[in-house]
Parts: sequence; C-alpha cells; structure tokens
Amino acid sequence: MNIIIKWYYRLGAPLWFYPLAGKLIPWVTALFLLFLIPGLYMGLVTAPADYQQGESFRIMYVHVPAAWMSMLVYFAMAIAAVVALVWRVRMAEIMIISSVPIGASFALIALLTGAFWGKPMWGAWWVWDARLTSELILLFIYLGILALYNAFEDKKTAGKAMSILTLVGVVNLPIIHYSVVWWNTLHQAATVTAFDKPSIHIDMLIPLLLMATAFKFLFLLVLLLKMRANLIEQDIHSGWVKKIIQDKQKLEENNHV
Amino acid sequence: MSEFINMGGYGFYVWSSFGIAAVVILANIIEPILHHKNALKEADDFYSEES
Repeated sequence: MNIIIKWYYRLGAPLWFYPLAGKLIPWVTALFLLFLIPGLYMGLVTAPADYQQGESFRIMYVHVPAAWMSMLVYFAMAIAAVVALVWRVRMAEIMIISSVPIGASFALIALLTGAFWGKPMWGAWWVWDARLTSELILLFIYLGILALYNAFEDKKTAGKAMSILTLVGVVNLPIIHYSVVWWNTLHQAATVTAFDKPSIHIDMLIPLLLMATAFKFLFLLVLLLKMRANLIEQDIHSGWVKKIIQDKQKLEENNHV
Repeated sequence: MSEFINMGGYGFYVWSSFGIAAVVILANIIEPILHHKNALKEADDFYSEES
C-alpha cells in the first residue's frame, strides 16, 4: 500500500497535473490580460498625478505589485517547502524550482523600478537603506536557491537541499516587511495595509489593485508553463511522458493519413 | 499625446520603469515556452528512436 502511495506521489501526479495545467494556461492568460489592460490604462492615464511626486508616482503601479509579488512568491515557495519536506511530495519541489525565476524577476523589477523612482525623488539611484538592502538580499536568496538546486545531479537530494534553504530564507520576509518601521529609512512607509484604511485616494488605489491582481495571474501563468517544462525534462524516461509522447505521435500520424 | 510621453518631466524614469518590467516579464513567459518545446522535442526524439 505504502509503495502505491509513494508511486502516486512520485510519478502518478504529473500524468494528472500536466494536461490540467495545459488546459488552465489559456484561461490564466486571459485573466492576466483582463486585469493588466485596465490597470495599465488607469495607472498611466486616468489616475490623478500625486500632489507631491507629480507624474513620477506612476512608477508605483509596477514597483509596488512587483515588490509584493517578490514576497508572495517566496511565501508560496516556503509553504511548498514544508509540504515537500514533511510529506515527500515531489510536485512541491517542482513548484518551488519553477517559482524561483519569476520570484527573482519580481525582486529584480522592484529593485530596478525603485532605482528609477529613487533618482528623481531622493536624488540617488541607490542607497544602503534597510528596505532596499533586505529586498536585494531576497534577490540573492532566490539566486542561491537556484544555484543550490542545480549543483546536485540527483534531483531528490537537490529538492531536499533546496527546500531546507527556502525555509531558512523565510526569516528575511518579516525583515523586508517591517524594515520601514524598525529602521529610520528613506523608503516611504506602506500606504496600503491589510487592516487599516489605505492612505491613498480611491482613484489611485483601484489601478494598483488591478495591477497587483494581474501580477498574481502572471505568477500563476509562468508557474504552470515552467512546471510543465521541468516535468517533461526531468521525467523524460518515465512512463507518463512516454504515454503523452506516444499519444501525441499517434495523433500526428492520424493527421497525416 | 506628447504630454503623455513627457509625464510632467518624469517621462524618462516612468517609461524606463515600465519598459524594464515589460522586458523582464516577457522573458519570463517566453523562456518556459521554449524550455517546454525543447523538452518535448527531446522526448519525441527519444521515443521515436526506441520504436
């Protein structure tokens, strides 16, 4: 019985997940665009200019969602790391490694757009401020996870090591979040929080929430694409890939006749 | 229109930010598509040789 469950987790799940992910991709793409297009239009055109920062505040519509996502992706990876370590679910490891590039990219976008916002507002591209530094560390943690995973030939060991490192890196998340409270920093404090009324005008808030939702669907889209690619690549010699390829070849043969 | 591009004098900073984000996001969508395509092709070759 135990062997059957183990087999299901290690090989059975992809046969079910792979086609499902394929069916979901067009829908997730549609949802991404559905939120992105009005978010961009409202953020760049209709939202009123900020009374202090003028039009430069529009950088917020890509900077803030990217910074939020850099942390949310990591949080999702940390949950998957617990699942991977406790229940030995291989799919959770695939989810972590497939999340790393997009998570690192969100951190990179947050840092770069922050530089392009910091230059006109603070007069500097970069300062060694607590918020900026902890976000940079987050980017390095993402890259470290990727490097560690690729350092092992055996993907079972690689997955375990990666999951442990992912959990260790979680300590950085509250540091990023509270950095603007704990330290006296140049970075402005949060204007949108879960429990207080946001200190931002509704016409400025709506495009921000649209962009944040669009970025969540973007993460889901990239995750599904990358998980499918990683699964085929790693499982090339396994039964489920063989079945998918043979079905595909049969379909092509029938189309030729 | 030129007012929109100018962004109250902040055009360079605003459009650089959105441009960088667009490039990074597009790369994140294209890369897994190519990765998947290559992996499928490799698998396809492997099972074609076998039969």
